Amino acid sequence: MTAAEIRNEILDILSDIAPDEDLSGLDDSKSFREQMELDSMDFLDIVMELRKRHRVQIPEEDYGNLASMHLTVTYLEPKMRDIVAA
Amino acid sequence: MSTFPDRTSTLPDDQRIVMTSVGLTSPNGPNLESYREALLAGRSGVRNYNIRYVGDTHAGVCEFEGTKYQNRRDARRGTRAGTVGIWSASEAIARSGLDWANVDKSRVGIYIGITEHGNVETENEIFSISQFNYDTTVWSHHHNPRTVANNPAGEIALNLGITGPHYTIGAACAAGNAGIIQGVQMLRLGECDLAIAGGVAESIHTFGIFASFKSQGALASHSDPTKASRPFDKDRSGIVVAEGGCLYILERLSDAKKRSANILAEIVSYAINTDATDFVLPNPERQAQCVRLALARGGLSPEQIQIVSTHATGTTSGDNQECEALRQVFSGVSSVRFNNTKSFIGHTMGAAGALELAGNLPSFQDGVCHATINVDNLDPTCALDGLVINQPQELGRVDYILNNSFGMLGINSVLVVRRF
Repeated sequence: MTAAEIRNEILDILSDIAPDEDLSGLDDSKSFREQMELDSMDFLDIVMELRKRHRVQIPEEDYGNLASMHLTVTYLEPKMRDIVAA
Repeated sequence: MSTFPDRTSTLPDDQRIVMTSVGLTSPNGPNLESYREALLAGRSGVRNYNIRYVGDTHAGVCEFEGTKYQNRRDARRGTRAGTVGIWSASEAIARSGLDWANVDKSRVGIYIGITEHGNVETENEIFSISQFNYDTTVWSHHHNPRTVANNPAGEIALNLGITGPHYTIGAACAAGNAGIIQGVQMLRLGECDLAIAGGVAESIHTFGIFASFKSQGALASHSDPTKASRPFDKDRSGIVVAEGGCLYILERLSDAKKRSANILAEIVSYAINTDATDFVLPNPERQAQCVRLALARGGLSPEQIQIVSTHATGTTSGDNQECEALRQVFSGVSSVRFNNTKSFIGHTMGAAGALELAGNLPSFQDGVCHATINVDNLDPTCALDGLVINQPQELGRVDYILNNSFGMLGINSVLVVRRF
């Protein structure tokens, strides 16, 4: 998956978690929590969906790397490089 | 003020409990008006239904605008029982005339009857991990908050910002009545000033309920789904599982009067007892005892009851035993009428007691007793004098309704309400 494809995948997961949020104006450099209603259980949904959809395992100590879209894509790129986008 | 020859009328107003609003969703209507209209028109809410593993069956399915009171994020995060509860509670509040914004939320109690809770979510998670070779690391972190037994009541509290007590009452299929009874008791004890009480059911979303009834030989089947639920009929084949919710606003009469609330009914008596004889089979002696206890507590005689809303589910032994119990109590009472709501909507489990009572409450205004439908070939064992079959009956004036609701493990509940 390319960085752009990973970004789209995260957006898709976020739209499942928060279906009433408008994600079109999401600022990749700002934290998700600053821009949308997202609590710790929602955050775990991101981790769970990546595990379910792509078998990507994210250890708890790395959760901080998923704070914003930019950080998330940067963190996931090497882990998802060999995954073919659906 | 009404004067009635029952014991409750002699109590001080702060010990008299009234129903001042109701919010509901039934398989044949998402509010009291449409539900009552369907009951009088003989319209079933049962349809063909398919569920994982069990396959094609029938069910009572509710249609209501859930997003009116709950955003999609919370609906996804919570349970169907929570959504049904939020709808029912919010509708009850919206129809109550209460100045809800200024109600002290710490003095509101939520008492929700449930038959079961958690099966749906557990089955979903097991199915989910089965797709991942039973890897439990994909088991949802939402599972515990979704399956704790207080979930439906807790979701209502979260949604409405209620900070008084909230919990569920597990009472099998007597739970709807039990939720209301709990509300009455808490108001009398002064534990809250306003109770949201009744029952909810999400059971059509668990294949286990259907499969278990099927294994028991108690799951209804018919070529026409609207004919599948047929209590008292010789050709009945069992239970139609349904979902639903029905929650009342209960208040002390003194508080209801203060705000000039519209009063749907006064709760004049109740009783809960136990068979202690079998896991599943009912015991007519204990059922009759429960009805008599409710009448005695209210200072009522059987002759004072105009409508008995029966529990009958469409199983051979269950219907027969309830009829036997009712004959014991109402023998020689020619004025009483018996009806049944499950024939229209199936068995709404934890909601049944509350929902079946709600469909009868308009009788206080219109004087009509709705029927039990689908009785094409009355089982002589169930031929109660006064059974209202297939067509509603004009009674003229209705003062008292007695509501039966029984459940597995031998729990019996009876609620008696009166026009106000």
